[in-house]
Formats: sequence, structure tokens, C-alpha cells
Amino acid sequence: MTVVLIVLAAIIVVGGAAFVATAARRRARHPGIEAPPAPTAPPKPPPPEVLTVEPEVVEPEAVEPEVVEKPRFRERLGKARSLFAGYVGAVLSRSTIDDETWDDLEEALIRADVGIHGTTVLLHELKARVKSEGITTPDALIEALKADLKKSLAGPDRGLRYEPGPPNVWLFVGVNGVGKTTTIGKVGKQQAAEGRSVLMAAGDTFRAAAAEQLATWAERAGAELVRGTEGGDPSAVVFDAVERAAARGYDVVLADTAGRLHTKVNLMEELRKVRRVAEKAPGQVTEVLLVIDATTGQNGLVQAKQFTEAVDVTGVVLTKLDGTAKGGIALAIQSDLGIPVKLVGLGEQVDDLVAFDPDEFVEALFEE
Amino acid sequence: MFDALSDRFEGIFKRLRGRGRLGEAEIDEVLREIRVALLEADVNVRVARTLIGRIKEQCLAADLAKSLTPAQQVIKIVHDALVDALGGANLKITYASKPPTVVLMAGLQGSGKTTASAKLARWFKQQGRHPLLVGADLQRPAAVEQLRVLGKQVDVPVFSEPSSAVDVAGKGLDEARRLGRDVLIVDTAGRLHIDAELMDEVRRISESIRPDYTFLVVDAMTGQDAVNVAESFNETLSLDGVILSKLDGDARGGAALSVKEVVGKPIAFASVGEKIADFEAFHPERMASRILGMGDVLTLIEKAEEAFDQEEAEQAAAKLAKGQFTLEDFLAQMQQIKKMGPLQNIIGMLPGIPKELKKAEIDDRELARVEAIIRSMTPQERRDPSTINGSRRLRIANGSGMQTSDVNQLLKQFKEVSKMMKMFGKGPKGMRGKGPQLPSMDLGI
Repeated sequence: MTVVLIVLAAIIVVGGAAFVATAARRRARHPGIEAPPAPTAPPKPPPPEVLTVEPEVVEPEAVEPEVVEKPRFRERLGKARSLFAGYVGAVLSRSTIDDETWDDLEEALIRADVGIHGTTVLLHELKARVKSEGITTPDALIEALKADLKKSLAGPDRGLRYEPGPPNVWLFVGVNGVGKTTTIGKVGKQQAAEGRSVLMAAGDTFRAAAAEQLATWAERAGAELVRGTEGGDPSAVVFDAVERAAARGYDVVLADTAGRLHTKVNLMEELRKVRRVAEKAPGQVTEVLLVIDATTGQNGLVQAKQFTEAVDVTGVVLTKLDGTAKGGIALAIQSDLGIPVKLVGLGEQVDDLVAFDPDEFVEALFEE
Repeated sequence: MFDALSDRFEGIFKRLRGRGRLGEAEIDEVLREIRVALLEADVNVRVARTLIGRIKEQCLAADLAKSLTPAQQVIKIVHDALVDALGGANLKITYASKPPTVVLMAGLQGSGKTTASAKLARWFKQQGRHPLLVGADLQRPAAVEQLRVLGKQVDVPVFSEPSSAVDVAGKGLDEARRLGRDVLIVDTAGRLHIDAELMDEVRRISESIRPDYTFLVVDAMTGQDAVNVAESFNETLSLDGVILSKLDGDARGGAALSVKEVVGKPIAFASVGEKIADFEAFHPERMASRILGMGDVLTLIEKAEEAFDQEEAEQAAAKLAKGQFTLEDFLAQMQQIKKMGPLQNIIGMLPGIPKELKKAEIDDRELARVEAIIRSMTPQERRDPSTINGSRRLRIANGSGMQTSDVNQLLKQFKEVSKMMKMFGKGPKGMRGKGPQLPSMDLGI
């Protein structure tokens, strides 16, 4: 009863005060657009039990190992780097290191989505270095910052982990619209080109036509596709995919999942189940890749935390880095959570998905 | 990391209180905190700078030194500045005199254009219109298929063909005329704003169908880059409005502010969930609170405004301040609160409420019990609970079907709560504005 009374009191205070305050100057309500009336019954997906996996066997065609030159990381990134370079240019144009220099660097890092917290830490350390190492020229300062950035990105192994033996399951997770399905398509094609046999599992049973989208990619990659019904249970699809992969001797199972906001408890629970099921023999989960859009801001860190908590993320795929976004959130994810960026999407083509190179990434940030 | 801005301000001002004066230096310290909060919320760094400038002017003008509650006054200034920046003119849809009214959807890959198109189609249907969806995203595999499925869900026809995006859009327009559909919504492929070729394509689509409304779909989770995207799309297509998607996550959504500031066009709609119906008009006040990490006081006030009788509420507030709030008033206010919906939902909107309380299961039946007890009292007893002696307690308990201990508990707590309310009641007076803040309270839970 205590709680109820307190809540009532609080509401009365807020409600009452609102009147006292607004009565005097009641602002015209925004007429604007009227919100639609109460929703009619939203379409319900069929119960998850009803699952008819129709293992559509797309017989792998002979894939010619295309020898395409991988795009140079820096060339691609370089296209739209001018913004960051502008700040760096301003720093270099001055003869000494002054307050403006620090302001410029701070703004540059924040605009790259490194985040105010990460930026403050980076610059704090840099200031200490300036003192202890006697850095006086802007040139040396920029070099020191580059080195710090590279250091914070250095370390972990960035290769996609493959264990010989039973089918390796690589699980792709992330929020809506980051490019999971497209990434799977590209990874599949690359793996096939490297001589591994690939099976794709259309675990996104929620988004309309997600399976069709993956089917197109499976065809392009010459991979087999296992799919369920729309609205079905994604773990069932993944289970069937692993079984089939084991039976037919596939090397890698690429499991797609529906995009989900990390705040939706039920959906995160569903994802845990997918991982549990994929882990069961005959499968082994060797990668859980969190796909993050390079345009994502500070929420990316929260996403990484939540997804890691749920399914133990092993690496990040940073997509859409060919725009003007700098993907600085990757820096925060690695330094705060220790999860390395493994792949980077630099364009729409299959070969535009490349291994992440921290040195090139940092160099590209500063290029003029 | 995301502790509410109001808490931080309280801290700063507490420290400053000792110095007795609030000069420009102190205000600068507060402004730095505001900047950090804005940047953490992904407000673009330049936009943040402009805003801070505006806020500073207002802070200096407001003469905070004289205020008894400077923290709250600053919060109000910041909040109002954000609302002004986010709001302004709302978008009013005027339908073309010669139908169909053409709507073009554009945005980056994965921002949620296809879903937003279907949601918008449903919205138009609810306005009594007859939309036609056109799938001009021929880039992403199965994008048209996705639109068809969604079209079926909202019962709106979908037109597409495997030719070129520009052709599909043009033919879609003919198709709308032929079928007598009065709204045409064209979904386009996601494209990067620096992809010259694709930007040219969307410009040609726009030239061919001459849209009445062009909407940019922006992901609420977007970071600093939102301004570049919005600027480029606005240059190419001259936008009419923005649709903010994925607002159901926990992103603070500073991108909304950045985009609005750069493009100067209203944020027309917000997509707040995965279901087709989760689509609503944009509320600048709520977004402002969200960016600042505050509770949704304004939705609460709005609800209160709908439910409360104004005169009664004002009287109650006056009594509160004087400490003359009786059980009778409490009963009357309770009736109004009941109209606002489940208590649990209301708590979620209150600022400064501890997490434990927000998570506490609150049974609305408790309300009925409290009501029953109060209703079993005589008017005299309600006005002056001190007259309630042992035998009266028993009578009240029997009358309400509760135990005497329940009656005792209620009386005791009402006394405590009245004291607390008296304290709160004084707060807003000094503030002279909306957006009251509850001081952090020790609830002992």
C-alpha cells in the first residue's frame, strides 16, 4: 500500500503543478498530424511450432574462383574522409600546440562517433604524453594520436575462426537494418570462393521476404539454403540447417537471424535459444558476429554490450563504411568490451567486404 | 554513463551553493555538462555548439543567481531550447487537388524505408485515403517481395515490375491514376548520400513523378553523420519532412535534433515498434526529454490535462502547498488519476523515481482498497483524521472489508505522505514554469 500511496502523491503533485504552471500560459497544442486511432489487431505470426522446413536444395553450381583484386582499404575510405582531414589540416597549419588544437582534435574525434567519453580519455592520455615526451609540434602530436589510436585497436586475432571437424556455425546478429543478410551473402560467396562448402540458414523468419533475399544470395554463392516458414521458430531452422550440414558434409553454416533491438527482452531470449541450439552436436558455434552500421552513434556500445551478454559476441562486422560515417563506435566497442572488428563493408559488391585493418583504418582517418 | 542530466546539475549546484553566487564561470561549468549530455545523445557537435550558445544567452538573461532552484530553472531552459529546436512548424498534409498525392521515400540502406512506407500507407488509409504502394527498390534482393507482403498486411495494393527504378515509379503513377488511388507512396532503394550515381537516380525518379511530399527516413540510432546524410538528401531532393525510425530502442536520438537543425524541415512521423500500427506523429517535447535522459513528464502532463478537472487540480495544488490536503481531496484526486490508465504506466513517466519503484509490481486493485477505506469514513473523519479513535477504526475496517491494521497503516502513511507533498507543493511555485521536478526522495523501498 505504501507504494500506491507514494505514487498517487507523486502523480497528484506533478499533475497539480502542471496546471498551476500551464494554466497561465497554455500553449496552443500542435495541431500537426493526428496520430492514428487505436490499432486494429496486428498481424500475428503463425505459432512457431508449425514449421515445415522444405530443404530447398539449390545444388551448388561450380563456382569459379574469381580472382578479384580486393579494394584497397584506404582508397575506399579515402573517398569521404575530408571532414576529419579538415580538422587535422587546421591543427597542422598552426605552428604550436594550443587550446584550439585540442578543441579541433576533440571535435574531430567526436564527429567520428568515438564518443565524448572515449575522446576525453584519448586526449587526456595524449596530453600526458605531450608533457612527458616533450612534444611541441603539431606534426608530432598527430603522429602520437595516430599511434595511440592504433594501439587501442591492436591486439586480437581478426580472422574468422574455423575449426576442422563438424560443421562450423557462424551466427550473425544485430539490430534491424544493419545489413546482416547482405553480409551473410558476401561472406558465403567469399568462403565458397576459398573452397569451403557453405550452407545458409534463413533464421530471419520475422521480416517479410528476408528468406527470399537470402535465397538470392545463396544462389549467387552457389550455397545451399535451409529455410522455414515466415513467422516460424528460428532455432528450428538453425537446427535443421546444422543437421543437414552434418549429413551432407558442409564446412560452414551461415545462420541469419532477424534484426532485433537489444531492448526487447523476448527477442534476445529467442536469440539465446538459437545459439544454444546451434551449439548442440553435430554443430559447433565458432563465430558470433555482431553486425553494426557504421553510421551508428553511441547506442552502438549499448548494443554490443547487450548482444554480448546474450550470445557472447566474438567479433564485429562494421558495415556501410563507404559513406561519410567514420565508424568511431568500433573503437569504443573494442576498448570497452574487447570485441574486435573483424570485417568491414566498403560497398555493395561481394568483394567490398574486407578484413579490418586497424592501421589502415587509422591512417585513413587522418588522410588529407 | 547515462545518468540523468538533472542529477548532475543538482550536484554542481550543490557545490556552488556554498559560494553564494552564480556567475558566468559557474554557468559555463553547467553548460559543459549540458554539452556532454547532448554529445552522449549523438547530437551533432556543431549543432550542440549552436544550441549551447542559445542556452547560455537565456541562462544569463534568466538571472539564475536569484533563483532558489537554479538547477531546475536551467533544466527548463535547456528543455525548452530543445523543444524549440525539434518542433516548430508541424507538417500538415494537404492532398493534391488532382490526385494522386505523391509521396517519395528516401534514405540510407537499412534505415527502414520499406517498413515506413507500409506504415505510412496504413496511416493514409486511416485518414480515409486509398493509397497505392510502389516498389522501386530493385537493388536489394527481395525488397519488392517484402513490400508486397507488408502491403497485404495493411491491405494496400503494391505495384512493381522488374525494369528500372525510374520507369517503375513513372508507371506506378499511371497505375494509381488508372485504379483511382488517391495517394501514391514510392519506396526507393537505400543509397549512400555520396553515391553520385544512385543519388542521380533518385533525383530522376523525383523529377518523373513530381512528389508532393518527399520524406527522408532516418534511423534514431544514427550518430554524428546524420547531418551529412540529411544535408545531401535535402540538396538533391528538397525534403518536406523526416520520418524517424526505430525509436523503440534505447537510443537517445540526438540525430533527430541534428537533422531538424540542419534541414529545417519538420520531423513528421516516428516509428516506434515492429508492428505496422507502431507509427505516430512526432512529439518534440518527448524527444527533448529523451535526449536529456529525463522522464516523460510531458506525456504525463498531457494525460493529466485530459483526465483532471482543472479547477479542482488547482485547488488541490494550493492546498498541498499550504499543507491542508485532506483525505477528501485525496479521494477526489484519486478519481482523476484512475482515468489516466494503469498506475504502472504512469510511474514509468515520472522523473526522479528510483528504478526499484519503477520495477515494482503495482496492483491497481490496491487503489480500490485505499478507496474503500476512505469511503467508509464520514466526511468529518476525512477532513480531520485525528478524530478517528479505536471504535471508529473498527467501524471503518468493517465497512470497507479490511482489517483495522490496514486502516491504521493508511492513516499513518497518509500523514507522512502529506508532509512529503507539502514539501513538493512548494517546489513549482518558485519555478514558475512547466516541467516540475520531483526532488529525489527517500522512499525506503
